[in-house]
Amino acid sequence: MIHDVVVIGAGPAGMSAAVQLRKLGASVLVVDEQPAPGGQIWRGIERNASGPIAVALGPDYQKGRALTAAFRASGAEYSPSTQVWQIEDEWTLFLTSEGKARRVRARAVLLSNGAQERPVPFPGWTLPGVMTVGAAQILLKSGGMLPQGNVWIAGAGPLPLLYATQVLGLKGQISGFLDTSRGLNLAALAKLPAAWRDLPSLAKGLKWQRELRRNGRMIRGVSDLRAEGNGRLQQLEWTAGGVRRKAKADVLLVHEGVVPRIHETLALGCDHDWNPAQKYFAARSNRWGETSRPGLFVAGDASGIGGWTAATVSGEIAALGLAGHLGIKVDTEALRRENQLDGRRSRALALRPFLDALYTPPTTSIADDVVVCRCEEVTAGTIRKVARTSTSDPNAIKAATRCGMGPCQGRQCGYTVQAILAEVHNLPVGDVSFFNIRPPLKPITLGEIASLGELEDAE
Amino acid sequence: MKADLLVIGGGLHGLSVALQSARRGVSVILVERHFLGRHASGATAAGVRTLGRHPAELPLSLEAAATWHAMTDLVGDDCGFNACGQLQVAEDETALAKIRDRVSRLEAQGFTHERLIGSNELHSLVPDLARHCLGAAWTVDDGSADPHRTIGAFRDAAIAAGVQIVEKCLVTGLVRHSTHWLAQTSKGVIEAGLIVNAGGAWADQVAALAGDPVHQAIRTSMMVVTERTSARVKPVVSSLGQKLSFKQTAQGTLVIGGGSQGKLAPDRQSASVDMVALAASVGAAVRLFPAVEGIRIVRTWAGMEAMTPDHLPVIGFSHRVDGLIHAFGFSGHGFQLVPSVGRAVADLVCQGSTNLDLSAFDVTRIAIERAAA
Ligand SMILES: Cc1cc2nc3c(=O)[nH]c(=O)nc-3n(C[C@H](O)[C@H](O)[C@H](O)COP(=O)(O)OP(=O)(O)OC[C@H]3O[C@@H](n4cnc5c(N)ncnc54)[C@H](O)[C@@H]3O)c2cc1C
Repeated sequence: MIHDVVVIGAGPAGMSAAVQLRKLGASVLVVDEQPAPGGQIWRGIERNASGPIAVALGPDYQKGRALTAAFRASGAEYSPSTQVWQIEDEWTLFLTSEGKARRVRARAVLLSNGAQERPVPFPGWTLPGVMTVGAAQILLKSGGMLPQGNVWIAGAGPLPLLYATQVLGLKGQISGFLDTSRGLNLAALAKLPAAWRDLPSLAKGLKWQRELRRNGRMIRGVSDLRAEGNGRLQQLEWTAGGVRRKAKADVLLVHEGVVPRIHETLALGCDHDWNPAQKYFAARSNRWGETSRPGLFVAGDASGIGGWTAATVSGEIAALGLAGHLGIKVDTEALRRENQLDGRRSRALALRPFLDALYTPPTTSIADDVVVCRCEEVTAGTIRKVARTSTSDPNAIKAATRCGMGPCQGRQCGYTVQAILAEVHNLPVGDVSFFNIRPPLKPITLGEIASLGELEDAE
Repeated sequence: MKADLLVIGGGLHGLSVALQSARRGVSVILVERHFLGRHASGATAAGVRTLGRHPAELPLSLEAAATWHAMTDLVGDDCGFNACGQLQVAEDETALAKIRDRVSRLEAQGFTHERLIGSNELHSLVPDLARHCLGAAWTVDDGSADPHRTIGAFRDAAIAAGVQIVEKCLVTGLVRHSTHWLAQTSKGVIEAGLIVNAGGAWADQVAALAGDPVHQAIRTSMMVVTERTSARVKPVVSSLGQKLSFKQTAQGTLVIGGGSQGKLAPDRQSASVDMVALAASVGAAVRLFPAVEGIRIVRTWAGMEAMTPDHLPVIGFSHRVDGLIHAFGFSGHGFQLVPSVGRAVADLVCQGSTNLDLSAFDVTRIAIERAAA
């Protein structure tokens, strides 16, 4: 059997695309790593239907219930707890669920697999006790777990603020919030008029900050963060207002924004564009979400960071594009107009320029002794040294240093290597490419691949 | 830019020729359109193997084997060479008979590098090997190296010998004048008396530009590397009749290859992994070493290299144009030959001939009739 569309990722974009595709009569298989639908923002939405966690997670979280229910009722086939580890031409997808590999075929593919946190290495970031805000929030959503002891948050962007408020709402403790953003500056204010169109979000951001200032400690203008400890995190150091400060810490949660997941589109050789404001690559797509490879579509944060509302709309748009690709007889332009997809999307994106200006990605150069690739333990100093005598191609650095050769396939170090190469070769960062990405997209075992030899195409 | 010799292709063969020519006083420019070692030389399994070599390749291969044991003398680094030996196991009686035949034929010709071993010796060499294996060919002086360290060492040695290396430099046109070549490249014109075509998978394009068109196929062999494990497999292991080579690196990762072919893109510029085809090699590995079944794969890839119909390389002068020497078509087993092919081609560059018999590698085998002008 060939599915009309395989959708990868059951978050806002993937679910709304699946619902729309089903309405248009397409057969759809949705696969997701998580055990239940919702994606990152609505992770665990079905189990967190009520109770204190549901309340603490806030109104945006609750908004996921309607779409999740519509998705469940849509008639799309759904394969949870499933990893997509290889995609081959037109289109064969290799999946693993419960330790068993299988192959499925599709006429078209939608990548709605969202974003990942931008890794920003700093001294001590690999110490046990240091983790990302996103990882901490997963623990909160999937089991109500709160960090214990002296908990610090460091970083910038809406997510740390949201998470901190959620923790405080559940009576958790936060010893301090180290704000590394550059604060409200002129560049950010200049973008404000467009932002007024999305007042609710703006008000929400301010409310989070007020709550934090009331309940914990909010330290602004933080730079030169360092985590220290013997075998695990014990203390933090940072600079604020020209003064070096220290504090005891058991847990440090860091976050410097999110970037699209691009390993799939890179592995498939799609064209990508550089986003200079937020310093990330995203697959180039046309107005229907189709990439440079016909039949391969992207939607949601995977196609460029836009947040959940925009993701929902871009899922609907991609569904129409997919319908066109499949030759389904509908007037996609008319549907696009009737459902006001373009207007809804630009409203959803109104706050973006403001957020982009407020939370610019860090630009400070990484010190030589900082580990950049934690899989292979390669430092910034090693990369710099090799970069001086190599071309500005990150794959040359990878071959020479093993940086990016480990299990994460450069998800942690790719942008750092790019930044160092740009620095050494005196190039604009966007002129340096990303690593070539090789399968598998997720680690699978030798036994799972071996079993493919005997496999028939899965239904 | 101007030099005595222009080497086209910054893989190991190009680097080795450049290094060994420069050491003898020739001025050399080496151009590489991507970065050094981007293709076969970086994608390779880096097996250093005399085992199972075609008789015509043996003189080159045995000379190279000796150099691998003294690699530091050539390039100032051992290139991660580990003389862990290579084993070609027989999984059934038919395979064992074939191995026995080959080893006795070699012995009759006076070659002693391969030895037939029985089941007991085999399993004491590789205790984790599945019990059904009956015996093996064993080459105790073979082994494997670290490809990236090898590229780095050859590069540094070449630079120290005065080779001028230009990366991100694609050769797009070659014109022969009476005494010299003018090479059109993405980084300007290069003038050189001689050209060595070490263009790997694209050597046919270089040959065509030079006016000596050839027909070659492209091999797209695939490799698998796993997470680090505590497995204890010392030699490089292959299995006669199976698409498998299996080894453990110094870092503890397992590297599995053996010639399963990936998919070549229609424009012949890239290749991608064919997971179902790869399953054959991985299946063979799991059959030989059942304990590795649960180990996780980190990466797979397909490398690209020129392949000739008889799987022997093309080494030697062009017969149709002056000042052109070919060194390509290693068909998936040229890594081991890097030191000796570089030596022989440097002979051709510096003195126009070499003591090795290169007749089996003559380009005429794969020449295409030139279209009438
Ligand atoms: C997966 C795999 C496994 C292997 N395993 C083994 C093994 O175990 N043992 C063994 O002995 N051998 C092995 N080999 C073979 C061995 O790696 C190759 O024979 C050897 O590396 C070839 O080197 P090369 O320099 O000829 O080619 P390459 O390394 O491919 O170099 C050719 C270079 O020429 C450049 N080029 C081409 N055209 C132009 C142009 N017009 N202008 C500028 N530059 C150009 C290319 O970009 C390329 O970098 C394996 C090969 C592969 C792919």
